[in-house]
Amino acid sequence: MKWHVLRPLWLAIGVLAAILVARQFLVPDDFGVHGPSFTYNYHRLSNVQEWKDFPVKYLGREYCADCHRRNVRRLNRSSAHSKVECENCHGPGAGHPEEITALPINTSREQCLRCHALLDYPENGRSVVPGIVDRMHMRRRDCVECHNPHDPREERK
Amino acid sequence: MTCSRRQFLKEAVGGTLASTLPLSAFVFLSPAEAKAAVDEAKVRWAFLVDTNKCTGCGLCVTACKTENEVPFDSPVTRTWVERYVVTKDGETHIDSPLGGRDGFIDDKIRGEEIDPENIAKAFFVPKLCNQCDNPACVQVCPVGATYQTHDGVVLIDREWCIGCGYCIMACPYGVRFFHPEHKVADKCNFCYHRITKGMPPACVECCSFDARRIANLEDPDDPVTKIILTERVAVLKDEYGTKPHVFYLGLDANVR
Repeated sequence: MKWHVLRPLWLAIGVLAAILVARQFLVPDDFGVHGPSFTYNYHRLSNVQEWKDFPVKYLGREYCADCHRRNVRRLNRSSAHSKVECENCHGPGAGHPEEITALPINTSREQCLRCHALLDYPENGRSVVPGIVDRMHMRRRDCVECHNPHDPREERK
Repeated sequence: MTCSRRQFLKEAVGGTLASTLPLSAFVFLSPAEAKAAVDEAKVRWAFLVDTNKCTGCGLCVTACKTENEVPFDSPVTRTWVERYVVTKDGETHIDSPLGGRDGFIDDKIRGEEIDPENIAKAFFVPKLCNQCDNPACVQVCPVGATYQTHDGVVLIDREWCIGCGYCIMACPYGVRFFHPEHKVADKCNFCYHRITKGMPPACVECCSFDARRIANLEDPDDPVTKIILTERVAVLKDEYGTKPHVFYLGLDANVR
C-alpha cells in the first residue's frame, strides 16, 4: 500500500491502542453488568456500598428516649402531639450528645403554623387539626410562649 | 469416497462422545434453585402515599433535605408536596412553594385569593422518585452512572456521573435535578442508607400523619404491602410504561 494511505492508518491504530490501554487503567475493576439486564444494571458495583455508608442523621424517637425518657413519655401521653417526631422541632439527632451545639431547636411560630395555620378545605386532614388564622391570633408572638408543645392541652401562664 | 468399517465406528463413537460432552457442562436446576440464583435478596422496595392523610406540613421535605444534604435554600429537592385546590367552577389551582419545604401556611395560591365557599375539594400530594421497574432515566445514561439495584432502587454514582443531564430530561415525573454542590444528577433513593439498615426513610419517620410509608413488596406479611396488594391504589403516569413503585391512596384525576 502507498505511504499516504498507511500513515493515517497507523495513526488511527495507534490512537485506538492508546484508548484501549488508558481504558484498562481508568475503568474500575468492578464496573460491569451486575444484574439481569445490561440496560438497567450496568454500573460500578462498589457504589452501592458507598450509598449504604451515607451518614444517617435522623435517629428516631427511641434514640431520644434513651436519655430523655420523661419528655418522651410525656409526649406519648399528650395524644395530640404523640405522633410528632422529636427531631421535627429539635433537629436531627446525629452527633448528639457528643456535640451539644448540633441541635438547633425550632421554636418559631412558623414551625407550629405548618400544621396549625387554618386552611378551610373540605374533607381534608388539615381541617381536623386545630387551626388559627395567622393574622388574627396573637400576631408575631411565638406559640410556645403560651402553649407547651410537649403537651398542648396545657397552657403556660 | 471410501470408508473402512473400523474408521466408521471410530468416528461415530468419537463424534457422539464429543457432542454429549458439552451438555454435561450444563447444570439442570429446579425452578426454586433457578429463582434463588437470579434474585440475590427477597427485597423490592415500594412506597405508599396516602393523599387523604397528608396535611401539607412539609416536615418531610425539611427532613429529606437535611438527611440527604440537599442545599436547604436551593430551589431543588428530592421530595416535594403539591397543593391542589379544585374550585366549583372546575378550575384547578396548583402550587408548591419551595417544594412545600416550609409547609402551606397561606391560603393564597400564587398570590391568588380563593373564596373558601367556592372550593369543591383540596388536597396535598407528596411526590418523590417512583423507583420504576423500567426506569427511563437509567436507559438514557450514556456512561452507566445510574442503575437499578437488586432491590429495585435506582441509584446514581456520583463518581461516575458526567452531569450531562439526559436523565433529568428523561424522567417523566421530573424527580431528577442537578445537584448544585456535587455537580451531578441527584434524586430520591428512598434513603437507601436508612432502608438497608432497617430504618424508615427520613420523610416516613418525620411524617406525623402516616401519609408516607415504605414497603417491601417481596414480604407478604408487611402491613404496607398488604395495603398495596388489597386496597385501591393508583400510580402516576401509568401510561408511560415505566412501572412506578410509588403507590397512591386517594389519588385524584387532577394530579399530573
